[in-house]
Amino acid sequence: MEIFDLTIHELHEKLKAKEVSSVEATRAMLDRIEAVDSQVNAYITVTPEQALVQAEDADRRIAAGEIAPLTGIPVGLKDIFVTKGIRTTCGSRILENFVPPYDGTAVARLKEQGAVIVGKLNQDEFAMGSSNESSYFGPCKNPWDLSCTPGGSSGGSAAAIAARTATATLGTDTGGSIRQPASHCGCVGLKPTYGRVSRYGVIAYASSLDQVGPLTRDVTDSALLLGAVAGYDPRDSTSVNTPVPDYLASLAKGVKGMKIGLPKQYFIEGLDPDVKRAMDEAIALYQSLGADIREVSLPNTEYAVATYYIIATAEASANLARYDGVRFGHRAEDARGLAQMYSKSRAEGFGPEVKRRIMLGTYALSSGYYDAYYVKAQKVRTLIQQDFLNAFKEVDVLLTPIAPTPAFKIAEKLEDPLQMYLSDIFTIPVNLAGTCGISVPAGFSAAGLPIGLQLVGKPFGEQEILTAAYSFERETKWHLKKAPL
Amino acid sequence: MKYQVVIGLEVHTQLTTNTKIFCGCSTRFGAEPNSQTCPVCLGLPGALPVLNRQVVEYAIRAGLATNCSITKRNVFARKNYFYPDLPKGYQISQFDLPICQHGHLDIEVEGEKKRIGITRIHMEEDAGKLVHADIPGVDDSCVDLNRACTPLLEIVSEPDMRSPDEAIAYLKKLHQIVMYLGICDGNLEEGSFRCDANVSLMPVGSTVFGTRAELKNINSFKFIKQAIEYEIERQAEILDDGGKVVQETRLFDPNTGTTRSMRGKEEAHDYRYFPDPDLVPVIISDDWIEKVRGGLPELPETKRARFMSELGLSEYDAEVLVASRELAQYFEDTVALFPQAKTVSNWVMGEVTRALNDDNNRSIAQCPVTPALLADLLKLMEKGTISGKIAKTVFDEMYKTGKTPEKIVEEKGLVQVSDTGAIEAMVDEVLEKNAGQVAEYRGGKETLFGFFVGQVMRASKGKANPAVVNELLLKKLQG
Amino acid sequence: MKITREQVEHVARLARLELSEAELDTFTGQMDSILSYVEKLNALDTEGIVPTSHAVPMENAFRADEATGSIGVEAALANAPLRAESFFRVPKVIE
Ligand SMILES: [Zn+2]
Repeated sequence: MEIFDLTIHELHEKLKAKEVSSVEATRAMLDRIEAVDSQVNAYITVTPEQALVQAEDADRRIAAGEIAPLTGIPVGLKDIFVTKGIRTTCGSRILENFVPPYDGTAVARLKEQGAVIVGKLNQDEFAMGSSNESSYFGPCKNPWDLSCTPGGSSGGSAAAIAARTATATLGTDTGGSIRQPASHCGCVGLKPTYGRVSRYGVIAYASSLDQVGPLTRDVTDSALLLGAVAGYDPRDSTSVNTPVPDYLASLAKGVKGMKIGLPKQYFIEGLDPDVKRAMDEAIALYQSLGADIREVSLPNTEYAVATYYIIATAEASANLARYDGVRFGHRAEDARGLAQMYSKSRAEGFGPEVKRRIMLGTYALSSGYYDAYYVKAQKVRTLIQQDFLNAFKEVDVLLTPIAPTPAFKIAEKLEDPLQMYLSDIFTIPVNLAGTCGISVPAGFSAAGLPIGLQLVGKPFGEQEILTAAYSFERETKWHLKKAPL
Repeated sequence: MKYQVVIGLEVHTQLTTNTKIFCGCSTRFGAEPNSQTCPVCLGLPGALPVLNRQVVEYAIRAGLATNCSITKRNVFARKNYFYPDLPKGYQISQFDLPICQHGHLDIEVEGEKKRIGITRIHMEEDAGKLVHADIPGVDDSCVDLNRACTPLLEIVSEPDMRSPDEAIAYLKKLHQIVMYLGICDGNLEEGSFRCDANVSLMPVGSTVFGTRAELKNINSFKFIKQAIEYEIERQAEILDDGGKVVQETRLFDPNTGTTRSMRGKEEAHDYRYFPDPDLVPVIISDDWIEKVRGGLPELPETKRARFMSELGLSEYDAEVLVASRELAQYFEDTVALFPQAKTVSNWVMGEVTRALNDDNNRSIAQCPVTPALLADLLKLMEKGTISGKIAKTVFDEMYKTGKTPEKIVEEKGLVQVSDTGAIEAMVDEVLEKNAGQVAEYRGGKETLFGFFVGQVMRASKGKANPAVVNELLLKKLQG
Repeated sequence: MKITREQVEHVARLARLELSEAELDTFTGQMDSILSYVEKLNALDTEGIVPTSHAVPMENAFRADEATGSIGVEAALANAPLRAESFFRVPKVIE
């Protein structure tokens, strides 16, 4: 077992026992990045100097007996997290040289605990995508099969876990951007309830849907990292002021008597047979563990993708208006006059997927179409949310696939945006409903690609899904399999 | 004139909060460009707005003082447009649910009272400033974001005004109210109170409004009048020639007193308003409204009525004294210590105002003669220690030195002489020196009495008690 | 057709995106197919349904009117593509 293979809690024990120092662990991780990242392209920016300074500082804290669960642990951040003094690109040319003057709240909380930030991770440009192919810094590859995408948008965050180039990472999830790449890369990815983790210092894609969450090697790490970043933040008006429970404490409670719902709309014809088999095995396992499995209905599921692509793009069209070449970011060199400076800078700075979504969102909000598209979508959102609340009157958690298929090939879906959008059908409703979901490794396809299982909880029901996920992981050990890299 | 002008006004008042509406940066005017900025007001990626509670409080104050109903559930919306002084590419404002609605103000023009409707008041953030900086070699525009994200209330009137004078009366009234409420410093030059005017013409007797022009960039009451008058003339000319007024935004140019079209610069706007997902609804409870109502200061209208009914002031005096909250406060503080309202009113409107005007229009709040000192002075006068005339001299000295009236009177030996013996000697001397006039007086020319009083006062260097002088003169001249 | 090429051009102007002829063609086709897909929402009767802005109910998030400090002129301008003294500099705006 190499240092870079360890989970947070395993490395923590070694740091605590002084079997290894944070500087050693960080060096090991940086060496590993050096060795394999050229194949994976999980990192946009690696920060060895800062990381080693932070590691030395962590070692001093450990020596002084002030070790917290994340002290000295090498973590990576999706490049959507604003980091003071460290270039933050959001996967876009428009921010190619942007060095923020501040840290976001989640980053600040990691730093307070003494975590070591080894670098900034690849992602779809502005988190818009399901394959990491829209990144200006080149596609990230799936460590299980380098010809496949790792999923997206937090592709780098998931690939770094699978490639063992970070002990844990943070990603963001707007329509599945943590859970789907976690599923495709065989790691654990959790999207918390909207409002659970501060969005301050997270570059906005769709503000009413974006949420920060952990990508980790196992469920214990997920609980641990979520606990470290969750909680009220006065700088985010949408952060919720309810106490953060001890997610670790309830992990081993077991699923005996837990009511698990299978939404019938999620077990459809087009489901990949390998995915179908993995789901069937998971259901059987939960049954054997004493869970009470029953079918539920989320009748408005088929409207989720359409709803999402109106709401998310409308919000994005405004969120991305600040990239105008005035205060920061790319400015076209040969523009004549202000109007051209705007339209050229933005045309050069944004890639096609971002432009497409800005266009779609601008159209949905424009005069004459606002009610037909935006207001309509917000109303359907209400129905979708009610579906979940109704289901949760009957069950404690929902069990669903994460994606209809395992990871797809690079460039396979690039030409048809709508097909790409439809691959998020199982994750998008959770964001629209504002509730929480986790992806846990649930087996492999015949081709050897990981398959994830989604557990969806009630609003602020992170404890239940973590408990259910932990029970599954303890029985299956899928998470222990390593990508061939 | 065969046209009737129709005017509606939109006023932007900058609120006097310590910090901006959505971040903790200072709102102080005149700092180094871009020194009062942070990730939020610079619109940096990842930054999020959090609403300053005081802005809501101030908006409720404004709504209550203008007879509006307060909206219980408030939502902020994004107004999308690109401009270099607008950091986020959208302005956070309110759209379909403004915080205050359906209010009114009563104005008076040449004795005619009129009610002007207030359509809405909403909260929003200001933009930064786009300037053409005086920097050698730079012909570009320059952006200063210190003002970006400063809280504004936009107060929109109904198109109820029918003359430039009514527009001015409405604006002055509104200006007075926001100053009374302490929510705006009212400084027109610094842009704390900005006005846009919607002006249209219709044939006299018609009820259908004509096409309006929106006049922008008007930063004094004088210019408002000029701009509207120019616009009336311009539109009348078009209509006379059988033309059509175009709906457009026009910029007022204070140098020429004219307005010019801003068309071309503005392509058809489509602001694409939608609820800002970064902010949450503001729910205003009845309790909150009542608490704000309880803390409202007495407003000028009520104050003026009270000054007339309780203190017996004339309508004119009352009007002058309530012009500003500080002046009214000064007056009332003085009356509290020297309860002769008429005398105090005369002094405040006379000596005090004159001295302040002469002193570079110093504000009443900074008057060196405090209400307590003024009251002391008036008491000395009332007791007969000094005459009214001397009192004015003493006041000037108090204003200059800040000393108490007692001290000045003592130092300068200004105590009024009431000693009958001393005054009698002066009277005798005056009468003796002016034997001719005495004879004329006794011959029936009684108007000379004032002359004798004047002579005696001069002899006493103004210190003789005028009542005693009168009494003695009368006795001697008759005797 | 859900959207015409002219509409796409208009939207691009609103969004301040300079698009090539080829991009306009591609986007027209793609937006048309996405908007046609979105049509399915009209199958749902949403009469009387309250629109959802945030899935988690929230209200009244305030800050006190207290200064928390600014980041300073240099930090504010550090990422500026072009500056002049303490200002951000942009092509001349004609009013
Ligand atoms: Zn600020």
